[in-house]
Amino acid sequence: MSTEEKPSMLKGLVGRLSSGELSSRELCEGLLRRVQKWNPTLRAILSIEEDRIMQRAEELDRRRGQGEDLGVLGGIPVGVKDNLCSRVGRTTCGSRMLENFKSPYDSHVVSRLDDSGAVLFGKTNLDEFAMGGSTETSFFGASRNPWDFERTCGGSSGGSAAAVAAGLVPVSIGTDTGGSIRQPAAFCGVCGIKPTYGRVSRWGLVSYASSLDVAGVFGQSVEDLALVLGAIAGHDPRDSTCLPHSVPAYSENLAQGVRGMRIGVLREQLDSQGLDPQVRNAILGSLDVYRELGAEIADVSLPHSKYCIATYYVIAPCEASSNLARYDGVHYGYRSSGKDAGVLDRMMEQTRSEGFGKEVQRRILLGTYALSAGYYDAYYLQALKVRRLIRQDYDEAFSKVDLLLGPTTPQGAFRLGEKLADPIQLYLQDLFTVGANLAGIPAMSIPVGGVMDPGLPVGLQLQAPVLREDQLFRAGAAYHRAIGYQFRLPATLEEPQV
Amino acid sequence: MSASAIESQVAPAYRVVVGMEVHVQLKTRSKLFCRCSTVFGQPANTQVCPVCMGLPGSLPVLNRHAIELAGRAGVGLNCALSDFTKWDRKNYFYPDLPKGYQTSQFDLPICVGGYLDIPVGGSGAQASASGQASASGQASAVGSENVYKRIRLVRAHLEEDAGKSQHDEVSGRGDSKIDLNRAGTPLLEIVSEPDLSSSEEAKTFLSEMRTLMVFLDVSDGNMQEGSLRADANVNLHIQRGQEWVATPIVEVKNLNSFRSVERAIEFEVARQYTEYLRTGLTKGQSPKQTRGWNDELGQTEMQREKEEEADYRYFPCPDLVSVKLTQAQKLQAQQSAVGTPSFYRTQLVSKHALRVSEGEILIQQGRGVVEYFLECVEHGATAKRTAAWMLQDVLRYLNDRAVPIESYPIRPDRFAELLKAVEGGRVDTAQGREALGKMLQTEGLSVDAAIASLGIVRVDASEIETLCRELLNENPDVIEKVRGGNTKAVASLVGLAKKRNRNADPRVVQETCLQLISQMQ
Repeated sequence: MSTEEKPSMLKGLVGRLSSGELSSRELCEGLLRRVQKWNPTLRAILSIEEDRIMQRAEELDRRRGQGEDLGVLGGIPVGVKDNLCSRVGRTTCGSRMLENFKSPYDSHVVSRLDDSGAVLFGKTNLDEFAMGGSTETSFFGASRNPWDFERTCGGSSGGSAAAVAAGLVPVSIGTDTGGSIRQPAAFCGVCGIKPTYGRVSRWGLVSYASSLDVAGVFGQSVEDLALVLGAIAGHDPRDSTCLPHSVPAYSENLAQGVRGMRIGVLREQLDSQGLDPQVRNAILGSLDVYRELGAEIADVSLPHSKYCIATYYVIAPCEASSNLARYDGVHYGYRSSGKDAGVLDRMMEQTRSEGFGKEVQRRILLGTYALSAGYYDAYYLQALKVRRLIRQDYDEAFSKVDLLLGPTTPQGAFRLGEKLADPIQLYLQDLFTVGANLAGIPAMSIPVGGVMDPGLPVGLQLQAPVLREDQLFRAGAAYHRAIGYQFRLPATLEEPQV
Repeated sequence: MSASAIESQVAPAYRVVVGMEVHVQLKTRSKLFCRCSTVFGQPANTQVCPVCMGLPGSLPVLNRHAIELAGRAGVGLNCALSDFTKWDRKNYFYPDLPKGYQTSQFDLPICVGGYLDIPVGGSGAQASASGQASASGQASAVGSENVYKRIRLVRAHLEEDAGKSQHDEVSGRGDSKIDLNRAGTPLLEIVSEPDLSSSEEAKTFLSEMRTLMVFLDVSDGNMQEGSLRADANVNLHIQRGQEWVATPIVEVKNLNSFRSVERAIEFEVARQYTEYLRTGLTKGQSPKQTRGWNDELGQTEMQREKEEEADYRYFPCPDLVSVKLTQAQKLQAQQSAVGTPSFYRTQLVSKHALRVSEGEILIQQGRGVVEYFLECVEHGATAKRTAAWMLQDVLRYLNDRAVPIESYPIRPDRFAELLKAVEGGRVDTAQGREALGKMLQTEGLSVDAAIASLGIVRVDASEIETLCRELLNENPDVIEKVRGGNTKAVASLVGLAKKRNRNADPRVVQETCLQLISQMQ
């Protein structure tokens, strides 16, 4: 077990950039070459504007040359999920509806990245309007898993995960509504954090399910997540649901270790039927590591967790049915030119039938039905009540332990197309992740280390009480230190050139 | 009962039943959920931002001033202010509704219950200061000429306005243009119980509502600009044998003036009565209709028929947090809502003994005019004279120039000074008006300077007495007449006095002469 560690890729890059050993221009050029080589296969990034990237990189290099402090991400290229509005490029949400949509304003996350000196490197692929767990519902085609091109990179933030896993960008931004950061992080063998609901402003995050959506970070190490989350978190008066609490220095105390920390193991997850035995063994192995590190391990239970999927698939579609009503072909975005498009109602119907893919339409229909008179009480209201019980479960659990530990997903990355025919199978992928969204708590997926057959990464999920991202980072960093974890690219992809 | 059976009878008696929904545009500088300006009449789509355009990723942030104004209006309407209120989405598709839903309040409105007393049984001006209707929906006579009716309110809630569609039918292409300047403007929707029983009452209700909102500075009340809009739910209760049956309820939309409220309801009453006689259909046998008022043609027109309530799929807006009203906020609302029209009616009629009709004219001019009156009285002018001069001189000036009282060149303290000069006999009424004219011509001119500029100087009392003695000596016949009981005879001396000293106050001359005659005995 090494106590000495190499700085993370991101930290290493930041150091080399600020010492002048490396310029942002050189870094971006190198990554663009990788993108040219691998992105056509991976389809992780939807749009790349080389000229603009180089312009920004050169501007940052020049400013640094003049002695300016560029911020914590000075000169670093970042991938941003394409449901976060940016004035540069398009903001498509992976949908035909917004295929050519250019946002006139920047999302809070994009502004913060800008202020921190980052280069917006590209908008990454996603399931249409973040609805899906494989990027297969993207209008622009599915991204591929860098570990196995025949498999999914997960979703909905699959492009962001794949881009980091393939070394196309050192870090990227995703959004998580029911597991959309943690599941692709697990599938692609990278780290991913979904912060506390409201920790990162939703201003400019195109809403899927407003009460669940939150933006978070993908990176090669826990340390990288801490650095980038620190840059994008914090209060924003433009989002009424954004938390006013000050942001702690996440990068500090990462070396503190977990001695005395109480870690709860979710028995119902480890004993769940669909859990791959290899995943189970990997998680049990991680428990041994934590025990050795001096953590106290205890069994805990979330008795209502069996209702998580059902609750999520009522609340999220209900909110989505209303959030996506604005795409009617009137003001912006796709408009049908079909034969009855001259009649207002028909124009709207055709626009929505042609502009939205099947999964989005399915969820809009589900939500519209569940909110209808006569069904509201049985579905939406009932789901809100169960959500409260699920929250209480977490409160109860966190009165006994500091963290919850379990697998991020029941299995490793599945084959592309495998679950397309059966949406229920796809929805069950969210079994372990949606609870954190329903409760609004922070959760993180990190590679458990090593790979399982057939050469796929496994994700370890840690969940913490509201606003205790610092505990996630501490525990995640301690584990990776203990097992000597180093991020590595899949064998099929050669080392990055920078 | 068949239609023909009804027709064969004598025309049955009926009662009119009306409930109103009034949309009041609140006087905030910016919109309900974004910082865009609410100023009316700007070029299309110049007062918009990602939020009120409903762009992807935009989020609403509550304008607290709207809560303050709604609370004030609620207190003025005698509502209970909720401790806890929240926002709900009302989902429906319409081109001028950019988000595909309207952010409104469904089950927990900011104001609950309440009432508005309206003057009935005469013209709208037949109001009383002390008039307080008693039982709900019942008219009650308090003074001799004062009859009020209490119109109960169901609720008042906040919501955002939609944009405006402009249909370009002239070009024949049927293109529509959408202006989103109005989208997101705060509205207070006030819903009444069906306590109104005539078109005139409905009109009075709207008029009283407007006066209240303007007095409380909650809305500018500008009907032309759509700051006050109403829908009316109308039906009839018709006598059928021993029982009364209700006709199907019709919601009449788009009532943007007092006149249109009155005309639309009158039209609807006649239409529903005829329809009932023709079909015999009662409420429940025929679906609820929504009809629009066509002001040009003077008729209501069918917009849609709904078998049941439209399903708006209301649910709590997840982008906004609920609003808690603190005791301090409620207290502030109560304090800011003191200046209601009924408060001022009490002041004018009970305290200052104005006639109800005089008071009502001042009230209808707005709070500024009433405040002006009260300030004049506070500065020592009598209420009667102040009212008389304001009704004649001040209001004429304001109407001629179409300016508000705030633009009147003379401040109340100085106006009161002039009135006191008249009151004290320093100048007569005609001279006072002349002085007023001078003061209006030259801004800042003092009362003394104005009177002086007319060549009027104060005449010493001993000077008047000498003059009167002279006149009485010269006109012994007047003395005789007065002694004979005809005191009015001294009037003939006034003209003579004026000829010898143009500054002599006629009233003082009369009084002095009478006094001298009585002393002669």
